Amino acid sequence: MTAEWPLWEVFIRSQHGLAHKHVGSVHAADAGMAIRNARDVYTRRNEGVSIWVARSGDIHASSPGERGPLFEPSNDKVYRHPTFFPMPEEVKHL
Amino acid sequence: MYAQMVETGVARVQDVSEMSPEERAFQARIDADVKIEPKDDMPEAYRRTLIRQIQQHAHSEIVGMLPEGNWITRAPSLQRKAILMAKVQDEAGHGLYLYCAAETLGISRDRMIEDLHAGKVRYSSIFNYPALAWADIGTIGWLVDGAAIMNQIPLCRCSYGPYARAMIRICKEESFHQRQGFDIMMTLCRGTPEQKAMAQGALERWWWPSLMMFGPPDAQSVHSAQSARWKIKLLSNDELRQRFVDQTVPQAEYLGLRIPDDKLVWNATRGHYDFGEIDWNEFHEVLKGHGPCNRERIGTRIKAWEDGAWVREAALAHARKGAAREPQAA
Repeated sequence: MTAEWPLWEVFIRSQHGLAHKHVGSVHAADAGMAIRNARDVYTRRNEGVSIWVARSGDIHASSPGERGPLFEPSNDKVYRHPTFFPMPEEVKHL
Repeated sequence: MYAQMVETGVARVQDVSEMSPEERAFQARIDADVKIEPKDDMPEAYRRTLIRQIQQHAHSEIVGMLPEGNWITRAPSLQRKAILMAKVQDEAGHGLYLYCAAETLGISRDRMIEDLHAGKVRYSSIFNYPALAWADIGTIGWLVDGAAIMNQIPLCRCSYGPYARAMIRICKEESFHQRQGFDIMMTLCRGTPEQKAMAQGALERWWWPSLMMFGPPDAQSVHSAQSARWKIKLLSNDELRQRFVDQTVPQAEYLGLRIPDDKLVWNATRGHYDFGEIDWNEFHEVLKGHGPCNRERIGTRIKAWEDGAWVREAALAHARKGAAREPQAA
């Protein structure tokens, strides 16, 4: 029984000039193999122009249980949205 | 379907009043169509059922490569060969999307493969039938992939985020599979009488096993009811099967092929086709391991896994050596 190849998370930039987006994961012995495997698994139909891979273990995620306290500070700051400020209709370009 | 008769581990579906506050909160999220993501709280039974279902689905994609892979070297033209290779590659990809979705639930890839090889987890009954002629490759794409699409489109809306996202990718690609199958059938049916007879023979072999893919009637099944409650099963087996028959009969008529069922008839009152009894005994025998190809399929998978062991080991050793040689970042 050999050890399992490490798991890598795969991020792909689609052709439309967007940011890299998480698409799934692959197993591979090293980063180069992870990119080649990601190409075969996630871009068989020209879905991307660039691939990032990162060891799954290196990704740190916020905890769903702390969603409340984590995001709460922005909840009461509605003035961060431009719609908070009513503008007179006759004033333009604001 | 690709995942048939998935056990949920529950004896009956709980009433909301019997649920713990956590279970009730979870069910409320499902009812509100909020997707469940890997790190979210979820009942253990939900997690275990999903692992079983996604794993069975993934194994079906992987084992499903075997009947078609057998025909790559014998495809009738270079173009058909290239198309078939692309299709089989897609099936490998689908298996990998699904394994990675299952891994988000905390089961390792190797564990899933061990479970398959040990016979602890099933794959779809359909892949235990042989592909005897070239026309079988057309029929598999047309019927088997057609049945798979029927099942997978509703699963794109299932409650578990990674599974739903894998299904969306798969459905986008699956339509190519069904069309390439129908294209093979059209070519054969417009060909010589021998070619048409080959197409007819393949339809006769695959029709009933394709209907069995949806699984036995499950309107009364507690597992199906629980899975429906969790929104990881969205339509009953019989509903999906009826849709499949209704869409396939006109396609067979177009090809000029006869579906091997004397009881198949349009029922104007129901607005659906009536069809004959399915031999569920055959289905259960195949699931138990007594289908025409069960041993061969698992044998092939185990051999591939064992023969590849040195490659997996060597690649890891190579990666470790490379990492050791790399200058350490400051």
